[in-house]
Amino acid sequence: MLHKIFIWFDERLDLSTIYRVIFDRKVPKVNWWFTLGSASLFLFIIQAATGIFLSVYYVPSPEHAYNSIQYIMNDVAFGWLLRGIHHWGASLMVLAVLLHMLRVFYYASYKYPRELTWLTGVILLLITMGMGFTGYLLPWNQRSYWATVVGTRIVGTIPSIGDFLLRILRGGTDISAVTLMRFYSVHIWWFPALLGLLLVIHLYLIIRLGISGIPHEDD
Amino acid sequence: MEDHSPSANLSRRDFVTIISAFLGTIMAFAIGFPLIGYLISPALTSLTAKSSRISLGLLSNYSIGKPTLFTFTRAKINGWEKTVNSYAVFVLRHSENEMKVFSNICPHLSCRVLWHEDQQKFICPCHDAHFDQQGNVISGPPPRSLDILPHEIDPSGNLYIQMTEV
Repeated sequence: MLHKIFIWFDERLDLSTIYRVIFDRKVPKVNWWFTLGSASLFLFIIQAATGIFLSVYYVPSPEHAYNSIQYIMNDVAFGWLLRGIHHWGASLMVLAVLLHMLRVFYYASYKYPRELTWLTGVILLLITMGMGFTGYLLPWNQRSYWATVVGTRIVGTIPSIGDFLLRILRGGTDISAVTLMRFYSVHIWWFPALLGLLLVIHLYLIIRLGISGIPHEDD
Repeated sequence: MEDHSPSANLSRRDFVTIISAFLGTIMAFAIGFPLIGYLISPALTSLTAKSSRISLGLLSNYSIGKPTLFTFTRAKINGWEKTVNSYAVFVLRHSENEMKVFSNICPHLSCRVLWHEDQQKFICPCHDAHFDQQGNVISGPPPRSLDILPHEIDPSGNLYIQMTEV
């Protein structure tokens, strides 16, 4: 019965070809360092899913941000678990993406014809860091406040346009409700949308060009 | 590897399928249970009614034979926010020690009723419900008369009501 249903869909959607192209690709003999890309993808999915769940209770306003997180942690069933996964998953994702980048670099996998895979990967790495930076402010506690003071001041040190950029980041001269709201917006809409788009391109390129093997002495 | 035991009832492929389905089901429950619990959590908090004693001041402040409005506020915490709600009751003294305390909430759809001194009626402005001075329905859609709140008077002449909040 299940098989018949599958056949019905497969006739119309050609699912088996999609499966073959994505999962039955030929890959060179590689090692465990080559799993870091998949690990990053898995962590991104975890972060997206737990983030959607957190947005059910989180409020991005100075009056309620801290209290709404206290509510998630203490009163909502399994709120501590979802926030915990989002919190630790964030650090783990930055780590996985960085190690993934180092693997590609040390195995010289960025060379022809995979330059675009590398370039999209670099932007994905930067967006991941941006996700970490914007997400850090959202708990609206002392640590996140002062981390954002310092982080935005770093941008402010750029000669001549630094002060202007700082005011764009903060949405004014101070870290305020405006800052919290725009960091939230960037954290849950702009960066994830951009990240998702580049991820599709990145994965398309990996499927299109295949992955490189481990270089040999005579290469 | 070929299957070398044709007598076996379970092929290797079937075995893997069954084990995957079994473990998959356990994992789906392990993930699904916390997620559903997280979403429906606010609906699961205990609904035990909280009864509080509210002071309405000295009984002698209320004149006999005329429903008098007394307003007060109660704070309630919903999630991460504290909300202050306004409430009001009508105190109707029949004599020195006999009295009724009504809720001003219309039993129809919870609008607030008003006392009209000229008509000697409580009127609900939402759907034109009329109640007599004793809180009984005269006309309109309400299913029952105005709710009566339990009251007590302490030895020094202070009036209290018991209010039940969900």
